[in-house]
Amino acid sequence: MSSDALSGLQAATDIARPSHYGTLPLDDWIQWSVKDWLVPALRPFFRALQWPIAQLLDGLQSLLLAIPFVVLLVLAVFAAWRAAGRGVAVFTFISLLLLDWIGLWKETMITLAMIVTAVVFCIVVGIPAGIAAARSDRTAAVIRPILDVMQTIPSFVYLVPIVMLFGVGMVPAVIATIIFALPPLVRLTNLGIRQVQGELVEAGRAFGSTPRQILWEIQLPLALRTIMTGVNQTLMLALSMAVIGALIGAGGLGLTVYTGLGRLDVGYAGIGGLGIVLMAIILDRVTQALGDGHKGASTSGGKEG
Amino acid sequence: MQDTPKAASSNTGAQAKRIAVRGVSKVFGANGEAAIGLARQGMSKNDILAKTGAVVAVNDISFSVDAGEIFVVMGLSGSGKSTLVRCLNRLQEPSAGTIEIDGEDIVAAPEERLRALRLEKITMVFQHFALLPHRTVAENVEYGLKMRGLGKAERNAKALKALDSVGLGGWADRYPANLSGGMQQRVGLARALALDPEILLMDEPFSALDPLIRRDMQGELLELQRRYRTTIIFITHDLNEALTLGDHVAVMKDGRFAQVGRPADIVLQPADDYVAAFTRDIDRGRVLPVRSAIRQVASAEALRVLLADGAATIEGARPLHEVFGLVAANRPVVVVDAAGQPEGMVTAADITNVLAGGSQSEGV
Ligand SMILES: Nc1ncnc2c1ncn2[C@@H]1O[C@H](COP(=O)(O)OP(=O)(O)OP(=O)(O)O)[C@@H](O)[C@H]1O
Ligand SMILES: [Mg+2]
Repeated sequence: MSSDALSGLQAATDIARPSHYGTLPLDDWIQWSVKDWLVPALRPFFRALQWPIAQLLDGLQSLLLAIPFVVLLVLAVFAAWRAAGRGVAVFTFISLLLLDWIGLWKETMITLAMIVTAVVFCIVVGIPAGIAAARSDRTAAVIRPILDVMQTIPSFVYLVPIVMLFGVGMVPAVIATIIFALPPLVRLTNLGIRQVQGELVEAGRAFGSTPRQILWEIQLPLALRTIMTGVNQTLMLALSMAVIGALIGAGGLGLTVYTGLGRLDVGYAGIGGLGIVLMAIILDRVTQALGDGHKGASTSGGKEG
Repeated sequence: MQDTPKAASSNTGAQAKRIAVRGVSKVFGANGEAAIGLARQGMSKNDILAKTGAVVAVNDISFSVDAGEIFVVMGLSGSGKSTLVRCLNRLQEPSAGTIEIDGEDIVAAPEERLRALRLEKITMVFQHFALLPHRTVAENVEYGLKMRGLGKAERNAKALKALDSVGLGGWADRYPANLSGGMQQRVGLARALALDPEILLMDEPFSALDPLIRRDMQGELLELQRRYRTTIIFITHDLNEALTLGDHVAVMKDGRFAQVGRPADIVLQPADDYVAAFTRDIDRGRVLPVRSAIRQVASAEALRVLLADGAATIEGARPLHEVFGLVAANRPVVVVDAAGQPEGMVTAADITNVLAGGSQSEGV
């Protein structure tokens, strides 16, 4: 009885619902504007963008795969030791041996090439963008919402237009990774520069420096540690895109996980995941240590009155 | 220390002023216009802050400084000294007023011209040192020279010389964090001195120094000013220091000058209770010239008799404490001018009188 009354009420009030009069074809509009307008209009631009990424990626990948395992192992362990000390070096040694032993060496190198390419382009775009944002509040106001969108939009959403623009393969996966991993670097570059003590910048001005000189002599050196934190964050985010990249044709460890998932093969997915985790730990420790190498400069900057 | 050339420099009114500041105000915060209007009507800094939310840091200040003069600004914390001095090289934009340096209006000057001025003519010592933590001491001192485009070897040589002059010759390759506060402050001094500036803005440059080094540095500064005729704007909150160094001293309160004058004027004729409160603790023996103790009108004849009698003489511009050793009971000391001509005499009683706070006007 009461349910009758309720459905009667619902029917009566349904005329107030927009859906009573039909469905707004917003999805069609987006589809139309992206597919028929945005994609054709931007295709030349994005094709041009694709070229340098493809070059770097291919170059790195062939290089990493061409170097003998033992040589790379020695180089990696040495680099980890110099940058981050003995503990990380030992960890790197064991991890790389393990990765080869479980048969994922090639996949690891492919993923590494992809990650490094993405991070290089993030640095090339992100640090200048961060500097621009730090130097002008207006630029910062424009950049901030773009970064917000990049960070909140689920990556699956922009996979579709990326595939439309670039097709499938490694390069589109790298582009998706760049979009996903870029924001923290821009934000932290901006923050690092803005955090430099006002009086130090004033000192630069008082001694006749140009804004460019102030940037190079004072702001960037003092922001370096924060910027390195940004690079570290970007690297970690890029790694976390390895599996999603596999959805649109990336190879490497991400593909291992994705294939394992498709076959419901927990073991195969598991070793792919392990590879990603080991790589993440090594890269994280090494880049963090690189950032801390500049600790002396930055912390005493905070201390000084 | 206070000698006659100083008097001469400010009497030659015809000569162009090195720095001329007219009606300069600086307001922080929104509502700047309204705040300046209220300040003109005489409303106090605190009332304006309560009413408009704007801080009137510098309020309608005018003064001028001759070439080669030390102009000291003193006042309590927050009275606007740093803001005023930052307006002079336009690290801060004045909200109102004009500032001329050698006749050139720098408030209207474009950024490019300002940069040239800061590079060549006017430099600054910062209250909180503002040393670059990622640079060595020597590199910090070289900074301005590097901006001038000097080569590495040349600027290093100048930097080492400047470091020597502040007693930090051996510290060139350390980082600022390895130095004590007082040492860092001297690095800041050396950084400015290395540039041989025509105009030196010094924001509490000696505040972190111990008394001995402070005295050395004060001497050094007077020497520098005498030798190169550097024009110095010197900020301090120590009235003793202000009176020892200044050719003119301005006492600042809530963004305004409560009094501007020669050191002896400030001590002997404080303009209001605020200034008088400062002068209570000062070391009069160091600040006042012997001349200010002359009480009795003595005829030229009487002075000649005293001299013939073997009375000690002292130059009128010397600080008062130097006469202590000369004056004996009942034996006046003859005060002479720079040329050695007698101008009066002082007795032990006269000196006690001035030291105790009696002013010249009471006695005469
Ligand atoms: N950047 C700023 N923004 C807002 N208010 C400021 C700023 N700088 C200074 N003020 C205000 O201006 C006033 C004068 O400050 P200023 O630093 O000039 O004082 P000061 O005389 O140098 O003091 P101290 O002896 O402590 O150095 C203070 O009330 C301060 O709050
Ligand atoms: Mg100050």
